Amino acid sequence: MKIGVVTFPGTLDDRDAARAVRIAGAEVVPLWHADANLLKVDAVVLPGGFSYGDYLRCGAIAAQAPVTQAIVNAAKGGLPVLGICNGFQVLVESHLLPGGLIRNEHQHFICRDQRLRVENVDTAWTNQYQLGEEITIPLKNAEGGYIASEETLKRLEGEGLIAFRYIDGNPNGSMNDIAGLRNERGNVVGLMPHPEHAVEAGFGPDGAAAMRSGLDGLKIFESVIKAVVNA
Amino acid sequence: MPKIIVEVMPKADLLDPQGKAVANALHRKGHASITNVRIGKRIELHVDTTPTAADLEQAAQIAESFLSNGVIEDVVNIHVED
Repeated sequence: MKIGVVTFPGTLDDRDAARAVRIAGAEVVPLWHADANLLKVDAVVLPGGFSYGDYLRCGAIAAQAPVTQAIVNAAKGGLPVLGICNGFQVLVESHLLPGGLIRNEHQHFICRDQRLRVENVDTAWTNQYQLGEEITIPLKNAEGGYIASEETLKRLEGEGLIAFRYIDGNPNGSMNDIAGLRNERGNVVGLMPHPEHAVEAGFGPDGAAAMRSGLDGLKIFESVIKAVVNA
Repeated sequence: MPKIIVEVMPKADLLDPQGKAVANALHRKGHASITNVRIGKRIELHVDTTPTAADLEQAAQIAESFLSNGVIEDVVNIHVED
């Protein structure tokens, strides 16, 4: 089981994503932005950060990178792809997921532990959660406001394409409290909050049992392992 | 050297936080007559020779597909400057 983790110039969370993949039990394969070779990985994680300095629009230049073009083609063939934060922005700019992400409504960078509800579990990245499960993982971004046309929102709601929703307060003005989406096939998932920062006791969000004990992000990575093994 | 100028603006019905912050600052400075500010982008594509109709068509395609994101922005103008 090999999971590729992409590094663009300006990516920040590739090492944390790689660590999460290892903790979940898979082998990490680093993928480089300029190389279109996906090295026969079984799944890909597009991690968070500020690819290309957020120039033009967040994720816009990364969406044109050789590795991204290869990922887009592979995703259309069913390769599981997860986009976290800037990775979600890359998925949106690549048109693998609809809509757009704009500056937070309150104009501030936000960094906090965020409550979410898992809205769909029929995906390669959420199958280990219970439908409606409430989880806490870190959120840290300035451009996390999800927007889409009324028509697109209606389709997302009607077809069950919302994967995660913010609960206990909308942190950034995202329409319909959308924190994450899935594609029709369920192999592509993108979300603004960071599951890779909630996979190991001592480093996660504060939990009921102890400080920094939150592990709610781990099931994302365990889900894809399950999905690939069962495929 | 000729330039193809592409102008991109955030969609009119979307919040433009950057414009709003500048409007607030102008109001604090006493410019009460400025009711709103919106901030977009001017992108210059420098070229070797005077652009043909085909070049402009290509620029329009680049502007729509890469320089702007149709979900959140509009290309409001493309023109040539010397």
